[in-house]
Amino acid sequence: MPQQNSARFSGDFPPFQQRHLISIADLQQHEIVDLLDRAERMIEISRQERKSLPTLSGKTQINLFFEPSTRTQSSFEIAGKRLGALVVNMSVKTSSVSKGETLIDTAATLNAMRPDVLVVRHSAAGAVELLSQKVGCSVVNAGDGAHEHPTQALLDALTIRNHKGTLAGLTVAICGDIANSRVARSNLLLLGALNVRTRVIAPRTLLPPGIENLATEVFTNMEEGLRDADVVMMLRLQHERANGKMIPSVREYYRFYGLDEDKLRHAKPDAIVMHPGPMNRGVEIDPAIADSERSVITDQVEMGVAVRMAVLDALLPARNTP
Amino acid sequence: MTRPLVIDNARIVDPASNTDQLGAVLIEDGRISDLAVGGPAGVPDDAEVINANGQVLAPGLIDMRVFVGEPGKEYRETLASAGAAAVAGGVTSFVMMPETTPAVDDGALVDFLIRRAEAQSPARILPAAAITKGLAGKEITEFGLLKDAGAICLTDGAQSIQSSSLLRSAMGYAANFDMPFIHHVSDAALTGDGVMNEGLFATVLGLRGIPREAETIPLARDLQLAQLTGVRYHAAQISTAGSAELVKTAKSRNEKVTAGISINNLCLNENDIGRYRTYFKLNPPLRTEDDRQAMIAALREGIIDTIHSDHDPQDTEVKRQPFAEASNGAIGLETLLAAALRLVHSGDLGLITVLRAMTSRPAEILGLESGRISRGAPADLILVDPEYPWQVTEKSFRSRSRNTSFEGARMQGKVMRTIMGGRTVFIHEDIA
Repeated sequence: MPQQNSARFSGDFPPFQQRHLISIADLQQHEIVDLLDRAERMIEISRQERKSLPTLSGKTQINLFFEPSTRTQSSFEIAGKRLGALVVNMSVKTSSVSKGETLIDTAATLNAMRPDVLVVRHSAAGAVELLSQKVGCSVVNAGDGAHEHPTQALLDALTIRNHKGTLAGLTVAICGDIANSRVARSNLLLLGALNVRTRVIAPRTLLPPGIENLATEVFTNMEEGLRDADVVMMLRLQHERANGKMIPSVREYYRFYGLDEDKLRHAKPDAIVMHPGPMNRGVEIDPAIADSERSVITDQVEMGVAVRMAVLDALLPARNTP
Repeated sequence: MTRPLVIDNARIVDPASNTDQLGAVLIEDGRISDLAVGGPAGVPDDAEVINANGQVLAPGLIDMRVFVGEPGKEYRETLASAGAAAVAGGVTSFVMMPETTPAVDDGALVDFLIRRAEAQSPARILPAAAITKGLAGKEITEFGLLKDAGAICLTDGAQSIQSSSLLRSAMGYAANFDMPFIHHVSDAALTGDGVMNEGLFATVLGLRGIPREAETIPLARDLQLAQLTGVRYHAAQISTAGSAELVKTAKSRNEKVTAGISINNLCLNENDIGRYRTYFKLNPPLRTEDDRQAMIAALREGIIDTIHSDHDPQDTEVKRQPFAEASNGAIGLETLLAAALRLVHSGDLGLITVLRAMTSRPAEILGLESGRISRGAPADLILVDPEYPWQVTEKSFRSRSRNTSFEGARMQGKVMRTIMGGRTVFIHEDIA
């Protein structure tokens, strides 16, 4: 019986108290650790020959992407399928005029199909939260505007923990377009909750106002910001930012904020290099570094599936478990 | 001829004369014909007498900034529903913004609005005319003809004119006709895609911010052009400490400069947005608590002249959206007075100061004879129980829209009776 099986697996962990995963800010420290521990188990499952658990058997997961993202969508799809869920992908083409209408209308329509979990990405901050208020199932935020991307922060933490053995006492430097990055926000919240020292490094134009009041150190000089860092987390620079308004050119950006050997030398010798992808080689990162043994970028992708399995498993416990 | 009306035993609060005393007023033919301050009135034999039981008798409020959906968006608000909401909130006159469909940029439309409002609305509706055709910020409208048709003032409503040269001509031409020139200041380029106050909170929410400079830079320009042209300039609504400083300096050398503020910027701050609550998406945006305190101080010092509701009915279609995509605005006619009284109860401002900003100051700026309790003035009056406790519920609104930023708020103070031209147009259910 699948349910007994899933009950036994989920039963290893205390019941997860959240219904949705919208923001890292909603999680207690112990809940973050719990999700990371659950994800460790999912790594094991994913490395087996039979990569499946029947935890979500009979459940329906809809991936609702208002903004295209092949890798995140695939990651959630594989995660759901490995847990036995029926996974449906919906990409919603939106014109800027009708976005909101589509959101609320789609929410009502999908809700009527009785899904158990919606995985949602949207270009507007707060859109996933709004949608979660309109549906009767669990909702996972797969990225909402410049607000949050909680599973990315979880997979980043898991990657760091696996490479460094612990998160305690580490210094993590996040470099690049902090102003427009949901990855940076979720990471700052999560690492902050686990008492990890964080730094942000960016030109003034790509630093969001008030960032200095968050619990993080702010640098505009990359060499200084990287000094003795244990983890270097690079962010993608959207090409449209380098149009002379925020950044004069790609080559100037690369010169001062691209991760190359010279700059990386300021970090600790055993510092690892991360990137949420997709990378712009030669824009924010030297291709040689991206492919070097210090890069853990492909590990992040693997951790992504594990973390998403853990999140789905935690949010959707087998119901009639005693 | 209607019977004379006496309101006796009232606490007469008249900011124009700095009066706050027990007394009585006699109303004949729609006007205040006599008042007795400090003692009982001589009551004519045939008069109807209302015993105010010591409640506050104040001039009816004059709201300088109200958006109505008629014509064009009657599902949001009609002249009738806005008028009913107004008198229920103690607002006896309001300036109607020209942002209708079509925009009020033609004398015929002003004439239509005045006639229709007289027939439909229990409150006096004072149409403002657009400064630029279609509110597009490109060509000025026929100020003279619009004034002849009855437009009370000039404004482009929520639109802000970006061209300094066009503003200069518009102000000069408005000075020509001695029309109040009310301008909402917002630098379009600096505002960009901003949807709330710029700062830490916007950063945490992942929303683009609107810097304070998007208000202070165009305001500084406007104040210099006002000096240059001699126009009667009213900064529609300011929200930052920097703006208050600019207005203070300008006032010291130009007596024709005045400034207003939305009740929202006096009573709320950006934290009220919480997690993307779009009913708090306003223009100007809610700022920080420091800004709010600076605005209260500016009002106390007389730097800010007027308080308005910025009543802006929006339907749920355009409000139930992700924050960045939702429209701006909140209704406010029915909560204006109670919200303003919060500032009195909290000890931030005196009752006369708050009422002055909603009665005699707007009247002076607009050239109205109402807004005061004096012999010969129109009998537009409100009786207020300043202690009456109540809770805001959207269901009780007379407005057709529900987008209040005070839903569920506990208020202290309510209008018990609204009198327009000597006639009771609203009476609270408790005394009905």
